[in-house]
Amino acid sequence: MSTAAMTLNSVRIERSPRHTATIYWKEAKYEFLKNLRLRVYTASVLSFPLMFYVLFGLVLNAKQAIGGTGVPTYMIATWGTFGVMGASLFGTAAGLASDRGLGWLQVKRASPMPPFAYFAAKLVTSMIFSTIIVLALFALGVAFGGVRMPLTEFARLLGTLVAGSLPFSAMGLALGYFAGPNSAPPMINLIYLPMSFCSGLWVPFMFLPHVVQQIARVLPPYHLSQLALGAVGAGWREPSAAHWGALIAFTMICLGAARIGFQRDQEKMYG
Amino acid sequence: MIATLEPAQATRKSPSEDAIVASLEAVNKNYGAVRALRGVNFRVRAGEIVALLGPNGAGKTTAVKLLLGLMPPNAGKVRVFGGDPTDPENRLRTGAMLQVGRVPETLRVREHIDLFSTYYPNPMPASEVLAAAGLEKLRDRKYGELSGGQKQRVLFALAICGDPDLLFLDEPTVGLDVEARRLLWEEIRHMVSRGKTVLLTTHYLQEADALADRIAVINQGEIIAQGTPAEIKALTSGKKIRCITRIGVNELRQIPGVKEVREDREAVEIHAAEAEPVVRELLARDAALAGLEITRAGLEEAFLALTQDAAQLSPN
Repeated sequence: MSTAAMTLNSVRIERSPRHTATIYWKEAKYEFLKNLRLRVYTASVLSFPLMFYVLFGLVLNAKQAIGGTGVPTYMIATWGTFGVMGASLFGTAAGLASDRGLGWLQVKRASPMPPFAYFAAKLVTSMIFSTIIVLALFALGVAFGGVRMPLTEFARLLGTLVAGSLPFSAMGLALGYFAGPNSAPPMINLIYLPMSFCSGLWVPFMFLPHVVQQIARVLPPYHLSQLALGAVGAGWREPSAAHWGALIAFTMICLGAARIGFQRDQEKMYG
Repeated sequence: MIATLEPAQATRKSPSEDAIVASLEAVNKNYGAVRALRGVNFRVRAGEIVALLGPNGAGKTTAVKLLLGLMPPNAGKVRVFGGDPTDPENRLRTGAMLQVGRVPETLRVREHIDLFSTYYPNPMPASEVLAAAGLEKLRDRKYGELSGGQKQRVLFALAICGDPDLLFLDEPTVGLDVEARRLLWEEIRHMVSRGKTVLLTTHYLQEADALADRIAVINQGEIIAQGTPAEIKALTSGKKIRCITRIGVNELRQIPGVKEVREDREAVEIHAAEAEPVVRELLARDAALAGLEITRAGLEEAFLALTQDAAQLSPN
């Protein structure tokens, strides 16, 4: 009875589809409520992108344009990417690292909860927070920055950014499996902030030094922000498919790392 | 078809010898170089409360985690409901209260119960769970706002909300005050009266005595005694007096209070309920008596550790 037996964990319990759906729904609902009421989470994840957008996009540079696109519109895409990334990384990595390291995940694993429901809840919650952030940025832009765009364009921008929650949630899972409950938040910041700077989320990409621009091409937020900028007609002259490809590859690598962490946890005790 | 139903019902009802719902057979579990469990044999039969009694670090939690299928043993067999403990179907019939460092703090008591109840096919109604855990007045409180004892009660509620047949409670009453402890004991007894089986771990002999049908004493990864509470208490009561004396064995046996006398090389070992009257008598009869030592009888090491723990936790 070793590894082989432990993988039995993934054998399904016979449940009606309705019952399974209820479990997934409640798991996601309470994950969302849990984070919504967590001031550390909402304060940093929601208020930072909005604050920076107001400051750099509406107060300071509102009348300027970058490559023909007005700054208020341009920065919905970049601060939106920043917001999606923060919501997804903190939502998954910090929660998972704490649940793992402090025993809560063991209580869940000892229960008949379908393991995937736990991860799905984290992903859905990240996507909902991402949606809220993008909608809030857009509302601010329309109200105070004179942002105007056709509905289809906005739908594309929103859809792109919310889909972008997936690679960063995957990255959050990988981090959550390899970080401790206390080291996770600083570790996330250590990755999150330099990555967003180098990807052109703080300073528009074209104003970055050449070296940094080269580094950006291997960073996932660069690819997501370029797709978002593409949706409002301000993208760099690279095909979308290349960006999507990079994001998908990145997601796969992170999921692979998370899977290794998951299996390692199934086999050993922690705490 | 009907004929096959009857024996199934019969085995379910009678807490007979063969209705073993959980067992460890010759189980070893190591964490690196640390041997947490060594050759442990242990059975839980349907309808009984079994206490796994031992000091901190004895291996109690490890035993529970093996039975919950949270990790594999290094050697031996772990069985629950006659099958593998990792079988997901078994999880529908078991409930677990584990020691947890942090539970999501921003969810309310009723929300935690609502979520866990959803995992099971036939959960208890939320009102019953709240009543059983004494949480009715706290149902709308956030977990983070609860006291240590109240948090324990929420974890208990999560363990029972699926109405499981087999309940694992790892140190359920740690941090509870006397009142709350009594309430929990009553609730555990109530579960068993409804045909449930309970395995609990504790480092209070008193708790094991008050609740359990059977006690297994575990120390340093080994089961050192198993029996009814009366049998276990008998092992712990009394003193062992060791000395070198000229008094003969037969004469020693006649001293009031002496239960047993054994020769051990040049010395004798006397078992007595109380040491003082016997020692007084010994010294009166043999002025040259030497090498006097008085120790607790049996299970010394484990129970010394237990009593030390209890002394630290109780107010006096």
